Amino acid sequence: MYATNYHRASSVQDALALKSSTDETKYLSGGMTLIATMKQRLAAPSDLVDLRHVADMKGITVSGRSVHLGAGTTHYDVSASAALKSVCPAICHLASHIGDPHVRHMGTIGGSVANNDPAADYPAALLALDAVIVTDRRQISAAEFFTGLFETALEEDEIVTAVTFEAPEKAGYSKFANPASRYAMTGVFVAKGAGGVRVAVTGAGADGVFRHAGLEQALSANWSPEAVAGVTVDSSNLMADIHASAEYRANLVKVMAKRAVAAA
Amino acid sequence: MAKVKMTVNGRQVGSECDDRTLLVHFIRENLGLTGTHVGCDTTQCGACVVHMDGRSVKSCSILAVQAAGSEIVTIEGLSSGGELHPVQAAFKANHGLQCGFCTPGMVMTSVDIIRRHGAQLDEATVRAELEGNICRCTGYHNIVKSVLAAAAEMGSAKEAAE
Repeated sequence: MYATNYHRASSVQDALALKSSTDETKYLSGGMTLIATMKQRLAAPSDLVDLRHVADMKGITVSGRSVHLGAGTTHYDVSASAALKSVCPAICHLASHIGDPHVRHMGTIGGSVANNDPAADYPAALLALDAVIVTDRRQISAAEFFTGLFETALEEDEIVTAVTFEAPEKAGYSKFANPASRYAMTGVFVAKGAGGVRVAVTGAGADGVFRHAGLEQALSANWSPEAVAGVTVDSSNLMADIHASAEYRANLVKVMAKRAVAAA
Repeated sequence: MAKVKMTVNGRQVGSECDDRTLLVHFIRENLGLTGTHVGCDTTQCGACVVHMDGRSVKSCSILAVQAAGSEIVTIEGLSSGGELHPVQAAFKANHGLQCGFCTPGMVMTSVDIIRRHGAQLDEATVRAELEGNICRCTGYHNIVKSVLAAAAEMGSAKEAAE
């Protein structure tokens, strides 16, 4: 790892001030991607601003069906929250399958969505749940937030402080995990709520997470795993790599959608 | 350079290190506690697992400065009064180690698994929970057996105490 300077922020305002006073600075949350990337010398920020001790960014609040997840909430805390499980068990299930237990003890939802890895799990959930990403200065809908591979609508120094959504009537998530990394080779999150059916796919899109109109129509007409059978998934805008071809991923989208509906 | 202070195995420690120093190197080189191992450089193997504020973490993926002020428990901090921790004893009794390199991480992980799941562990849960720990001797079968034995032992010890 190249040399870096560490700063611990005590509040969101403190973090913003620390970031603007140093160049080539990165925010550090759980660090489960960033530290590993720095170890490989693929990232070399001159400074790190640690957000893990910002108390305002932690915790889960569920009131009625409104869910508020502080950006600093770890995957483990999302997976183990009884309050969250009672209104949206699918997101707890999703969180419980990110990485491994040690990663889930450190990694945070804010870090995951800000990084927007094309194979990360949370982007699919947030897009399907029509979630809002709250930052230090505004609120951004998930549809506008995720803009491409590792790209988001965040400004250079903007901090994700929370994620909010209305728990849907039904939701399910299923992923085909890469056997080595447990990242999604294809993951599908389905949600049926007041705004209709939303289906979001991660791990498969060449431009990152996306919604699938064909699956949404089929499941709106008939919310059952069987409804997926007649849908065509075009492979032309899907990822291809050493793990799976685009055609293989296109098939996985259907299989994962079927399992997600069955689990919902 | 930073002066990093934390509690390790119940003892207050402080030492100077670079901001980029990983917690595992701080533990091994600054504190001389070499039971915590480094088995890879890609954050995948789990040989470096320690407990930070009561939860299992990979000490190779956390900077020492990030851990400043926290409570760390390493493999050296498990046994008390010369008695092996029940998980250590179960690994010994069930041949849960071969070359032993992954063992400190396996044991620290197992203690955390039993903390979260209690005695009600089944084999499938243990195997899923060991996702972040690699044994290159592939001695998983006896590791799983050790965790299950330790969970049962700790469960009955807890019942007896109540």
